[in-house]
Amino acid sequence: MDWRQLWEICSAPDNVPIVGLIPLLAFYIYLAVKQARANDQLIEQLEADPALAKTHHRKTWPFKPGWQKEVHVWPFLLRIEFLAAIIVTIILMVWSITLNAPLEEPANPNLTMNPAKAPWYFLGLQEMLVYFDPWIAGVVMPTMIIIGLMVIPYIDTNPLGSGYYTWKQRKFSISTFMFGFVILWVAMIIIGTFIRGPGWQWFWPGQTWDHNRLIYEVNRDLPDIFGIASNLGKGIFGAIVVGGYYLLGGGLVYSLFRRKMGKDFQRMSLLQFSIMQFLLLTMVALPLKMGLRLLWHIKYVWITPWFNV
Amino acid sequence: MADENNPNGKNGNKVGVLEKVAAGVKDDIQALKTDIPAKAKEQIEGLKDPTKTQVYTSIFRHKHDDTPRNRALGVLSNVFLHLHPAKINRDAVRYSYTWGMGGITFYLFIILTYTGVLLMFYYHPSKVQAFRDVLYLEHDVPFGKILRNMHRWAAHLMVIGVWLHMFRVFLTGSYKKPREFNWNIGVLLLVFTLLLSFTGYLLPDDQLGFWAVTVGTNMARATPLLGHEGPFGSMLGMTPYNDVRFGLLGGSIVDANALLRSYIWHCIGIPIVASVLMIVHFWRVRKDGGISGPAQVMLSAEADKPRRGPKAAGE
Repeated sequence: MDWRQLWEICSAPDNVPIVGLIPLLAFYIYLAVKQARANDQLIEQLEADPALAKTHHRKTWPFKPGWQKEVHVWPFLLRIEFLAAIIVTIILMVWSITLNAPLEEPANPNLTMNPAKAPWYFLGLQEMLVYFDPWIAGVVMPTMIIIGLMVIPYIDTNPLGSGYYTWKQRKFSISTFMFGFVILWVAMIIIGTFIRGPGWQWFWPGQTWDHNRLIYEVNRDLPDIFGIASNLGKGIFGAIVVGGYYLLGGGLVYSLFRRKMGKDFQRMSLLQFSIMQFLLLTMVALPLKMGLRLLWHIKYVWITPWFNV
Repeated sequence: MADENNPNGKNGNKVGVLEKVAAGVKDDIQALKTDIPAKAKEQIEGLKDPTKTQVYTSIFRHKHDDTPRNRALGVLSNVFLHLHPAKINRDAVRYSYTWGMGGITFYLFIILTYTGVLLMFYYHPSKVQAFRDVLYLEHDVPFGKILRNMHRWAAHLMVIGVWLHMFRVFLTGSYKKPREFNWNIGVLLLVFTLLLSFTGYLLPDDQLGFWAVTVGTNMARATPLLGHEGPFGSMLGMTPYNDVRFGLLGGSIVDANALLRSYIWHCIGIPIVASVLMIVHFWRVRKDGGISGPAQVMLSAEADKPRRGPKAAGE
């Protein structure tokens, strides 16, 4: 266990935000889960007792008849905003006094940093470079993430769970978002920051960075395993595999959705459903491709003269 | 007429000018001794309540005694506060619901603007000067080091703040009808926050920024159709000297033009666009019905009924 190495990585000034992000995220997930559970209990109670549902104020916060439903912004909100501003300022001041912003040597195109890392918030995308070509990891994926986020309100037709924390009323949407945000975005950033060392190789936390380490890894392409040699054959095979993934996966999503989430399926238009299907399958394709690489050393699935997937 | 009122008028018009002046001066001195002190005293007494002065009433448009009306006016008649409503849902002030992340993000943006402007006084976006300016800031400029530190850490905090804000908005379903459009503005603001941070990364012109931006922009050369290494790029005549990466960097490598472009995007271009989007974002928060909750829980039996007004919710 190389504590020094571990400390160097964790205390690198630009890694500190990620060290801070982990407990922050854990805390806020806890806060959300706590409120979601309380709301879910209340919902269960009200659904079992329609008479209560008619008279209940429908929040987990205390409320008694006669209490005002609204409070003045001044002072009840503004004092909180003021306090928040002061607290943020203090945190920022203390942080700025105790920790210096990084400054390396002057830029030198002839001296490559190893590892050369993107800013921490893009490390998830850089980590994807291991598994995908740059045009996918660097261009298509970010575009899909932005578009995917933007269509969320238009494909989530579930009217429940608007304006309060809940789990039971929105299991699918919340688990999908958690998967995308926590696993595919934050976890990849953590891997990119704390695990990846020189040559973008995998070093466990506490393992000494070995700048001379070489990994003898022979990656294969999926068509090779099936003995397809011709370029045309590879192209057609890959198209079938990728197309088949979307077709079969789409069928599976359809079948599951219709059975498990009938109401949501009823509400969605065909366009809404197919966009959701496509985005979901594309998102799930990332860990699948990572699995192919890690378990069977498969580099490409679809090889064409113009692009490889 | 003047003659009749003249105390020295027994000789009619023949009163000497000198006498007249002397009498006037005497009168003035008498007034100075009695009237002016009285007036000054009265006016100083008046200053004890500054809220009655003309200067005060011209600045503050209403009284500040603790009445509900004045509490509301304090928010509504203030340009900086009037984005707030006068009153909000009693539970909306609970920290556990909003986490305060949207507001904190905006506050960090203000801090970044403030420290950023100060940093601009000491920084030249040129290959010759940039790195030396950062050294100068760190070692010679009074409070230069803390200025730069604050700018950097506030930037990182802002990225985290945006993510957590978005996370909260998702978990509370706050993007749902009627707030779909504002969620989209928010996604754009997320993108611009990341771009702001990314363009700032290069500015110290050190190894860290140089290689981070090199790694980042190398992806652009793989852009399908528009990058020279991207799918179909070379078929469309893309080379390192005319593709999208060239446009981003102002050259085929990260060099002086890239530094200048970064600087201009970072200090002028993106902040303006982001500010405009922020205005729209805040405006729409109000127009879409204010803060989304904590709302009354909806039961699944009610889900497909027509939308109900806030007062029909059973209280």
